Amino acid sequence: MNAAETLAPPSADRLPGERPVVLLVGNPNVGKTSLFNRLTGQKARVGNYPGITVERRSGSVTLPGDDGADIELIDVPGTYSLCARSAEEQIALNAALGLAGHPSPTLIVLVVDAGQLTRNLYLALQLVELRVPIVIALNMMDEVEDNPPIPEAVSKLFGGVPVVVTNARQGEGIGELKHAVRRALARPPVGSVEVRYPPSLRRVVDEVADALPAEMKGSVERQRALGLWALTSLDDEDELQVSGDLRERCRRAHAEAPGRDLDREIITARYAFLDAAAADLYRRVEAHPHKHKLSERMDRLLLHPVLGFVAFLALMLLVFQSLFTWADPAIGAIEAGVGWLQALVLDTFPDGILRDLVSEGIIGGVGNVVVFLPQILLLFFFIGLLEDSGYMARVAYLMDRIMRSLGLHGRAFVPMLSGFACAVPAILATRTMERQRDRLLTMLVIPLMTCSARLPVYTLVIAALFPPMALFGWVPVQGLLMVGMYVFSVCITLIAAAVLGRTAVRGRRVALILELPPYRLPSLGAILKLMWERSAVFLREAGTVILVCTIALWALLSFPRTPPAVEAAVGAPVAAETAAAPQSPAIENSFGGRLGKALEPAIAPLGFDWKIGVGLIGAFAAREVFVSTMGLVYGIGDAEEAVEPLREKIRREARADGQPAYRPLTGLSLLVFFALACQCMSTLAVVHRETKTWRWPAFVFAYMTGLAYVMSLAVFQVGSLLGY
Amino acid sequence: MTLADATVGQLVMIDGIGGERAFRRRLMELGLVPGTRLQLIGRAPLGDPLELLVRGCSLSIRRAEAASVEVRLAGEPRAERAIPLARSALAGARSSQ
Repeated sequence: MNAAETLAPPSADRLPGERPVVLLVGNPNVGKTSLFNRLTGQKARVGNYPGITVERRSGSVTLPGDDGADIELIDVPGTYSLCARSAEEQIALNAALGLAGHPSPTLIVLVVDAGQLTRNLYLALQLVELRVPIVIALNMMDEVEDNPPIPEAVSKLFGGVPVVVTNARQGEGIGELKHAVRRALARPPVGSVEVRYPPSLRRVVDEVADALPAEMKGSVERQRALGLWALTSLDDEDELQVSGDLRERCRRAHAEAPGRDLDREIITARYAFLDAAAADLYRRVEAHPHKHKLSERMDRLLLHPVLGFVAFLALMLLVFQSLFTWADPAIGAIEAGVGWLQALVLDTFPDGILRDLVSEGIIGGVGNVVVFLPQILLLFFFIGLLEDSGYMARVAYLMDRIMRSLGLHGRAFVPMLSGFACAVPAILATRTMERQRDRLLTMLVIPLMTCSARLPVYTLVIAALFPPMALFGWVPVQGLLMVGMYVFSVCITLIAAAVLGRTAVRGRRVALILELPPYRLPSLGAILKLMWERSAVFLREAGTVILVCTIALWALLSFPRTPPAVEAAVGAPVAAETAAAPQSPAIENSFGGRLGKALEPAIAPLGFDWKIGVGLIGAFAAREVFVSTMGLVYGIGDAEEAVEPLREKIRREARADGQPAYRPLTGLSLLVFFALACQCMSTLAVVHRETKTWRWPAFVFAYMTGLAYVMSLAVFQVGSLLGY
Repeated sequence: MTLADATVGQLVMIDGIGGERAFRRRLMELGLVPGTRLQLIGRAPLGDPLELLVRGCSLSIRRAEAASVEVRLAGEPRAERAIPLARSALAGARSSQ
């Protein structure tokens, strides 16, 4: 959320043909997304709001009637109010008024939860005060069957704006809503509302409204409403993009009202208006709704101090287990398919660069992208389930105490847990957090979790360099090391979160105000749609980067294809190495091989030689590629299939003086390096996709790899001093 | 007393909200204006945050912030009705003028 992003020029979102723009606005958890899906059907697109990296879903809707006009429907992020403090929250107001590069809407469809009427009508009141044309969709009427609000009364309260009853999940009322939208486009229903603000407040509001910038000017009512907005939104700490004049005027207004709380005066007056009207909105007065009966019973178990935690852990274990093991067959099948295709190309194409490019660069690259799909699909299946059912808010509630002490949001728990399987879906999953700063911090530390791609590397290194002995006669050293790596990664991740949260992504501590929505049956359609959208965005935007990187890495390790004789001219040390390892294949002469050798002085203090250096370069494609790259370096064709010879080679590798090249200490240093270094271009591609800058992926790479270097250096040097 | 002092199950009425402006404003916008009744339903397993029932909706805030919400004990839960609530909210608006 830096200035460059928020000030970016508005993108040309309006499609040619200038269809009317209709916004879908509403509180969170009111079924807005279901309604959006029902209205747009399959024709939804995912993009970004102009100037800010908040996802924007839009789609076209064909209205009923002879003319059958198309409209552009835009889903605005859920909000309780138009007042805002952060740039993300300002979207609702900017979208409603067509400010800051947003297309000017012709109409707003306000989705209202019939079971939370007063609080939802607070937002309606703000929109009507602004005199924007609205249609109210009174949603979830099925949940308040015993005493539903009267639509006509709601309409009357706001000066006759149309009110349509809908049950979006069941698809009821969609046709009526489309008809209402069609009528509203022909004759914009601008309502009216008369809140009795204290007279002294009106004068203050008029003064503030005088300072409104030209783009916000409008009717007297709208200017007053914007004056109220500015008074409640602006102070010295907000992140909003408004003129300094307006800000100064608001500051003065608050300063000139000592002993008064203008926010309280404004908000209480509005709620007084709504509460006074509440009696007329229902047939029976007694209905001051209590917590949903079913939700109350479920929460008694799921938020229970002991049982709730047990249920939570069981559920998280299921999510983790599914990512870790259920995705495995699909991943295996994709890898086998890629291997089969590569073999096919090798058999049919003539020898040459083109063949290798197609088989290793292109097919391998596409494989590197597609291989993430099983985990992404599974994770978003669970996330859809957790979000849709209302449990995700409970996760935040249960985990807040722990996560807060680390500077993380309670909702960061699920993405971080997913990081144990793979950082790529985990980073995509940070979208469940609204605040940019919370998302960013979670994204920065997730790559430190022990993902499944590190396991083949750990297995190889531990098996090759640590003897299969047992401590105290029964604790196997190799198993202990593996567990130790997990504990190490969790500790480092938590420390990194605590440190980065206070330095790189420092943010004001915000109070937690969390709504625990009633439990609802998740809709499979919505979940499938979420899975599809997430996967499509990943394939389109991160996939291309991963593909390009794979081809680049392939080129790095395959070119130049010069015979070893030319090597002598490149550098003297190379000749010695070649003599020591006569079996070394072409990879040694490649750019990657030379880079590995050039790196040797830098990585020697960590205990690594150039061969490991080449492995590290190869591991950038994906960590497990380290194994096959080492196989190539040692001239073993299929290292993944036949691990034993590679282990032996590594174990027997000797330096010129006959000492073993790699000691257990080298192994430990290598393990630490792999635990910390950011050797995963896919992770970087996804961080780029989610932050829309190259600055944060560069930061992730730099801090992780820097940390890895320093820690491995410390391990190796201290270990050497101690005589290991 | 403050909301942080309330015991689980207690029904209280809001007298005023202190603390940071953003928190105050957001809480009031969710309908927790002076005069509104709310009930402390529970605490998270580690004692924090708190779960509140207000206007038929479950909300959660932390203890530290709950300490800045001034409340007084209100009657039995059965007494909660729309009309008295509206009156008390009106009274709150008037007293703040």
